[in-house]
Amino acid sequence: MRQLLLGNAAVARGLYEAGCRFVSSYPGTPSTEITEEVAKYKEIYAEWAPNEKVAFEAAAGASIGGARAFAAMKHVGLNVAADPLFSISYTGGRAGLVLSVSDDQGMASSQNEQDSRHYARAAKLPMLEPSDSQEAKDFVKTAFELSEEYETPALLRMSIRVDHSQSIVELKEREERPLIPYEKDMRRFVMLPANAIGRHVVVEENMAKLQELAETSSINREEMRDTSIGFVTAGICYQYVREAFPDASVLKLGMVWPLPVERIRAFSEKVDRLIVVEELDPFIEDHCRSHGIRVDGGKDLTGLQGELSQSKLAAALGQAAKPSLDFGEPVPPRPPVLCPGCPHRGTFYTLHKMKLTVFGDIGCYTLGALAPLAAMDTTLCMGASISALHGFNTVRGAESAKSSVAVIGDSTFMHSGITSLTDIVYNKGISTVLILDNSITGMTGHQQNPTTGLTLKGEVTAAVDLEKLCEGLGIRRIRIADPGDLKQLETVLREELACEEPSVILVRRPCALLPQVRALKTKPLKVDPERCKSCRACMAIGCPSLRFEGKAAIDPTQCVGCALCEQLCKFGAIVKEAD
Amino acid sequence: MTDTKSIMIVGVGGQGTLLASRVLGSVLTAQGFDVKVSEVHGMSQRGGSVVTYVRYGEQVSSPVVDRGEADCILAFERLEAARWLPWLRKGGSLLINDQRIDPMPVITGAMTYPDNILEKIRDLGAEFVAVDALAAALEAGDARAVNVVLLGLLSTRLPFPEEVWQDALAACVKPRFLEMNRKAFALGRALQ
Repeated sequence: MRQLLLGNAAVARGLYEAGCRFVSSYPGTPSTEITEEVAKYKEIYAEWAPNEKVAFEAAAGASIGGARAFAAMKHVGLNVAADPLFSISYTGGRAGLVLSVSDDQGMASSQNEQDSRHYARAAKLPMLEPSDSQEAKDFVKTAFELSEEYETPALLRMSIRVDHSQSIVELKEREERPLIPYEKDMRRFVMLPANAIGRHVVVEENMAKLQELAETSSINREEMRDTSIGFVTAGICYQYVREAFPDASVLKLGMVWPLPVERIRAFSEKVDRLIVVEELDPFIEDHCRSHGIRVDGGKDLTGLQGELSQSKLAAALGQAAKPSLDFGEPVPPRPPVLCPGCPHRGTFYTLHKMKLTVFGDIGCYTLGALAPLAAMDTTLCMGASISALHGFNTVRGAESAKSSVAVIGDSTFMHSGITSLTDIVYNKGISTVLILDNSITGMTGHQQNPTTGLTLKGEVTAAVDLEKLCEGLGIRRIRIADPGDLKQLETVLREELACEEPSVILVRRPCALLPQVRALKTKPLKVDPERCKSCRACMAIGCPSLRFEGKAAIDPTQCVGCALCEQLCKFGAIVKEAD
Repeated sequence: MTDTKSIMIVGVGGQGTLLASRVLGSVLTAQGFDVKVSEVHGMSQRGGSVVTYVRYGEQVSSPVVDRGEADCILAFERLEAARWLPWLRKGGSLLINDQRIDPMPVITGAMTYPDNILEKIRDLGAEFVAVDALAAALEAGDARAVNVVLLGLLSTRLPFPEEVWQDALAACVKPRFLEMNRKAFALGRALQ
């Protein structure tokens, strides 16, 4: 059966068809939908783990336990999971073990655009890279086979454009795979130095075998057409090459590590000009050059940043741009914003008003950095708000701690904020931490997490009690504040900043997009133009439903009646719609 | 690959462009085309400028549409029509929902929302149709049905039977919203 499937849904389908039985992931754009789609197959156990390291270790355990297992993550998630990756590389699993990593070329939803192919080389693992949904599905199966044959985890490298593009996929049936009996094998699975030294030998032997495989496997494909120009490419870039240069010869690599050096060399000898097309780093190009293969163009043409496309590639090779119209005057940009009714808005309005130094973290609330709220000083990576604030305040002293906070979401806190908070308590810090608890993982599109009381599959489960957790870490001052009540939030903040010990404020209000919040059907507010004095005080919260043209106005199709603006109007001009 | 057609659906995150592209993708698949649809998920969805590329034909390679390549742009908001205008190929068709949604730089007063966008687009020589899809959506019963109203309008510009659209709609929307969406679709078809 043919079906139009998102790349991520195709990976999930591949897992289903390959008889995978265990999936553990942490959500992260652009990888999230893989695991959400997997959860729809009742044959596969699927879970959200607190972070990527835990997810991949759980998958490794399932593989050692004899079931095909898988973990999905975004590129920066692989940094978190890198520790187990570099050691499981030595042991492999029992049944197939596959890790999918989604790179975000162009940084649509990320803090950097690292090239995850380097991990394959560094951790000595095979890596496959699909160019569309059909290949995404097929390569999952191939990855499991490689994993089992070569006693190694296999990597699937996705990119945002393959993750989030739909294309036609031929569906097949699931092949059930019985659990492999468990046998203790200390020399293989206990990575004491004596055992690891022996396993490293095996890893290098296997990489040599995989190198031979790359030279012959049909996963790498030579397409000979006009030989005046030949492209070496992989993944989504293959599609851009085919679109821009349909008559050119192409060596399409499905396996991006190890690379088939001799095949590339042979291809280079058949074409007049050899061009390597890849996004981000010169991974294939550098490898070619280091093996003395003639490369006539690569990063010098396509650059090191962002996504490519057919036009960018055509322009890089000197073709003229297609004719196009231009609007002729500046079009105001439309950056993402906090939604109408977002509980984070009240928090960042207050932090901005109090002129605090704010160490931010990763989530929807990172948007608190944008104007007009602009209430953020740093954002690094998951969990760094708390630990970086500790370092900042330690060198700058007690007065600094009285004018600075860390803000971190509930899911991000569970991901990697707990150890950071421990650092503050253990080392006698006095910083103030705000856990923005909106009862969901918001940015990636509403995933459950250990604090919500529901699993990925929607089953009721134990919920982490954030108050007790912080108390157990040694925090004595734990406060709860409602970001929808600006006065209360400010009062609590002033009290906690003033005191010379660490404190946690649980800033608690559910995400405005949650079904239980929408079901309240709170009525939109409106502006009474008679009373509006055009002071613009309400505009300071940066709400997309507010507009100002001489007087403030509220768009009733967007406003969800959170009443934050009402609290800012000194003239009582913002009122509820009459019932 | 020269037969490949390119449609873009552009708008503001939250307007339901994703659902619109899914219905369109479903229609095109049912018509037996090779289809690629490229979507935006994640942070950019939060009220930002969003674009979905839909390409179909005998065999489609790239899922992306570049400047000067779109045969049709369906714009859910008029500033977005201006933003993505350079993507329209010469002679391509432009369908605009004549709705204004202020982006944050306009809300904060840092920039102004351009005046007379439609007139300026007309002066550039681009053919377009502008409609009030929000009014039609409200008439159908829900402001959020703007996406399906616009799909109704788009359906009149593509050579596929209405039943195929109706089937795709039924497959893509929740059953309890189907009646309302069917009404929105019909109102959209009547807007031409």
